[in-house]
Amino acid sequence: MNQSRRDFIKANAIAATAAAAGVAIPASASNLITDSDKSKIKWDKAPCRFCGTGCSVLVGSQNGKVVATQGDPDAEVNKGLNCIKGYFLSKIMYGKDRLTQPLLRMKDGQYHKEGDFQPVSWDMAFDVMADKFKSALKAKGPTSVGMFGSGQWTVMEGYAAVKLMKAGFRSNNIDPNARHCMASAVGGFMRTFGIDEPMGCYDDLEQADTFVLWGSNMAEMHPILWSRLTDRRLGHSHVRVHVLSTYKHRSFELADNGMIFTPNTDLAIANYIANYIIQNDAVNWDFVKKHTHFKQVTTDIGYGLRPEHELQKAAKNPDSGKILDLTFEEYKKQVAEYSLEKTVEISGVPAEKLEEMAKMYADPKVKVMSLWTMGMNQHTRGVWMNSLVYNIHLLTGKISKPGNGPFSLTGQPSACGTAREVGTFSHRLPADMVVKKKKHRDIAEKIWKLPEGTIPAKPGYHAVLQNRMLKDGKLNAYWVMCNNNVQAAPNLNEETLPGYRNPENFIVVSDPYPTVTCQAGDLILPTAMWVEKEGCYGNAERRTQHWFQQVKAPGEAKSDLWQLMEFSKRFKIEEVWDEELLAKAPHLRGKTMYDVLYRNGNVDAYPIEEAKELNDDAHDNGFYVQKGLFEEYAAFGRDHGHDLAPYEMYHTARGLRWPVVNGIETKWRYKEGSDPYVGKGKDFEFYGKPDGKALIISAPYEAPPEAPDSEYDMWLCTGRVLEHWHSGSMTQRVPELYRAFPDAVVFMHPDDAKKRNLRRGDEVLVESRRGEMKSRIETRGRNRPPVGLVFVPWFDARQLINKITLDATDPLSKQTDYKKCAIKVRKV
Amino acid sequence: MKKLITGLVLLGVVATAVAQKDDSSTDALVNNGGVESLRGKAELNETRQPDKLKRVLKDREVVERNYVHQPPVIPHQIRGYKVDLNSNKCLSCHGWKYAKEVGATKVSPTHFETRDGMTLSDISPRRYFCSQCHVPQVDAKPLVKNEFRAVESLSHE
Repeated sequence: MNQSRRDFIKANAIAATAAAAGVAIPASASNLITDSDKSKIKWDKAPCRFCGTGCSVLVGSQNGKVVATQGDPDAEVNKGLNCIKGYFLSKIMYGKDRLTQPLLRMKDGQYHKEGDFQPVSWDMAFDVMADKFKSALKAKGPTSVGMFGSGQWTVMEGYAAVKLMKAGFRSNNIDPNARHCMASAVGGFMRTFGIDEPMGCYDDLEQADTFVLWGSNMAEMHPILWSRLTDRRLGHSHVRVHVLSTYKHRSFELADNGMIFTPNTDLAIANYIANYIIQNDAVNWDFVKKHTHFKQVTTDIGYGLRPEHELQKAAKNPDSGKILDLTFEEYKKQVAEYSLEKTVEISGVPAEKLEEMAKMYADPKVKVMSLWTMGMNQHTRGVWMNSLVYNIHLLTGKISKPGNGPFSLTGQPSACGTAREVGTFSHRLPADMVVKKKKHRDIAEKIWKLPEGTIPAKPGYHAVLQNRMLKDGKLNAYWVMCNNNVQAAPNLNEETLPGYRNPENFIVVSDPYPTVTCQAGDLILPTAMWVEKEGCYGNAERRTQHWFQQVKAPGEAKSDLWQLMEFSKRFKIEEVWDEELLAKAPHLRGKTMYDVLYRNGNVDAYPIEEAKELNDDAHDNGFYVQKGLFEEYAAFGRDHGHDLAPYEMYHTARGLRWPVVNGIETKWRYKEGSDPYVGKGKDFEFYGKPDGKALIISAPYEAPPEAPDSEYDMWLCTGRVLEHWHSGSMTQRVPELYRAFPDAVVFMHPDDAKKRNLRRGDEVLVESRRGEMKSRIETRGRNRPPVGLVFVPWFDARQLINKITLDATDPLSKQTDYKKCAIKVRKV
Repeated sequence: MKKLITGLVLLGVVATAVAQKDDSSTDALVNNGGVESLRGKAELNETRQPDKLKRVLKDREVVERNYVHQPPVIPHQIRGYKVDLNSNKCLSCHGWKYAKEVGATKVSPTHFETRDGMTLSDISPRRYFCSQCHVPQVDAKPLVKNEFRAVESLSHE
């Protein structure tokens, strides 16, 4: 072996650490360890902090700091692999500018909206904050307070927040940032199946014969699932990969059939496939007759804009989610409009490519897995589009079976576990229940031991509406927690910024780092993150994963859970509930919100002795708070199709996929034999619907709200890159990730660049009707847009692409369409 | 409907830079309160000059790692490297067959393992797309210093 002296020393150093970590090493690389304490590393598992894949990692800590991370070889999700972000998790907590004490805008020693941020004690921070919440409640009632939460909250944090807002403050104005990424998927699941989240699981990736990506760049956004898909494709020669997108990206590297379509025309493509299946007599009639009904949507529903917007006024049925009856013959006629010729014309995809894909769906012998993320969800017809893909799988019966099924991927580590399952949306309650149904409110109030009528029936403000209401001065005391919404929300100039800086409003921002949201806020609360607390996340395949606290947070930083619960102590129940409600529960008089919500005999049921020694949240409360919250929450779903295992089980397992019945997880729902909830002899049962039948919901192609014209002559599509997760507040602080993709660029076709006299690297002004930003042109690299479209990543706080985007949403899901608006680009 | 003032506007008390700004009543209220984010002290309604395009250094020494399972970063340019259904440019140097000849780092033995831990005779297809874990580095100072400390035996400080 030819080794330099330096290499030799290095090899020995690695060997020493490896030995301490319990990793097998070749004898040639071993060395004597003279002081074993020095090289000892404590290892424990945790789910990754980033995307919804939910990889498990092993976290190594020494002397109270994380010193290493690696892929968890025992985790089924990733089997020892991580993506580049996951491998650098060890560094996300150590950016030099971590927030370590509360900061309040002050002038002359007092809070002032136009003041400069100054360090204050937690006591003073909560005093000012409670005062602002109390005066808002007094002046305008519960609808004037609100919270914007997160798919990155732990399950317990999301659950504590829902209780605080919906039962404590009696305001449904709580929504997660998952509204921006998952709401259309939720809408699709609820309308078609009556229960949220995928029926299948990641095991499908090893068993499908054909994969279709409907608006998902898995290669960059879900790299570990992409590696499983790649494994399947390259290891089995019959497997085929179809990729649909509005621009060419890294997932096309593996595509047998890559298709670029005109934005919004995926609606037509999905209908064409349904039409192809019917025309070629490929309908699985046995399945369709036994397990489905045909329905159709109400059309012309607007674009979720402000009611005074021209496009809203022009819509015939704005916001209508009404589903109408339909016969198969009528359905057949509706999809017949989407002939191959017409679909080619609308979408711009060549006929042979569309046919090749349709054939795979139609062939009963081919197992097909459809996958999608933001391309389909961030879509003004996202809910329709989700259902259109389900239609294809239902027509052919290719669902709920190994390798066969539609699969909606998620972007946040607990978009499913927290945002969706806990129900942190403005219209939801835990376990798929909704505030507008009396029966559901009754169930929640009973579990929470609260009087009937505590939870308001009217849904609160959703994400985009919250910013509009801040601007309009109707939402005045507002808490932004575990997200960076000033960077993430659409139309920053016209909605977000005027809302946050409205002098009538008080904005609290909880974050580990000073983000642009902090810069727009009034009070900044320093927050503990990831393994600085005990928690649990739920990934995209219904897998719930727990972790223990492994290190302490820096300075005075505290977890979101501690902040929520501690703040609740500042309110006597009389200050948040009216006399009518109090009269129904006189025993609660004189108590604090904390006592009523979290010392109710459930949340505080487990003694501190059960918690680990290093569990700051538990020790601050004096009881095992994470377990108490989890077990109370689990009561919503047990025996109702959402069963979670007992708390302790998750600390040993590498996560379990719900429903977990008698200790056994469920891989494929709705199918007899693999799902314990399916009745005997039923074969399939979509038990989210009263009669066990799923809906095939017909929906037409409709135009997007904004399209390029003579002035704003290009499409803008925004999204992510592999190396940065969401707004970059963690990954941009890791030097290796920053150096891998330092600044956002405008990916543009070389012909478009030439037409504008632009060369790679040139500075450009990007403008829409709403705002502008400056960036640089990239004509090569990983993304290759067609002529007429540019792609810009949104991670870059130095550029802020959301000054440009349009706040149009799917009128049903209220999710923003970040994938299409009209812009112009010119040389500066 | 273009909402721009193309004139010169001074930004608050902090910024001395001259910049284009969006015109709305909010402008007077926008004020970062002295807190720096990743965009520095630039106010949120300011249109920042874009940072310079950074370059990947052509060739340099292998970059040290901070912990055992950290994937090594790529110490060279990869412009135009193709990795797709037909070929993998990275493996033409880093594969075991050619690594010694061209003086490249060999792919780690871990890369021959399947999901189930079986060792194959060639790179496992699940490790096929190298750039999922290995990335080149531009020549730039980090935006924010990172205070991560490696264990003593791996510390390069």
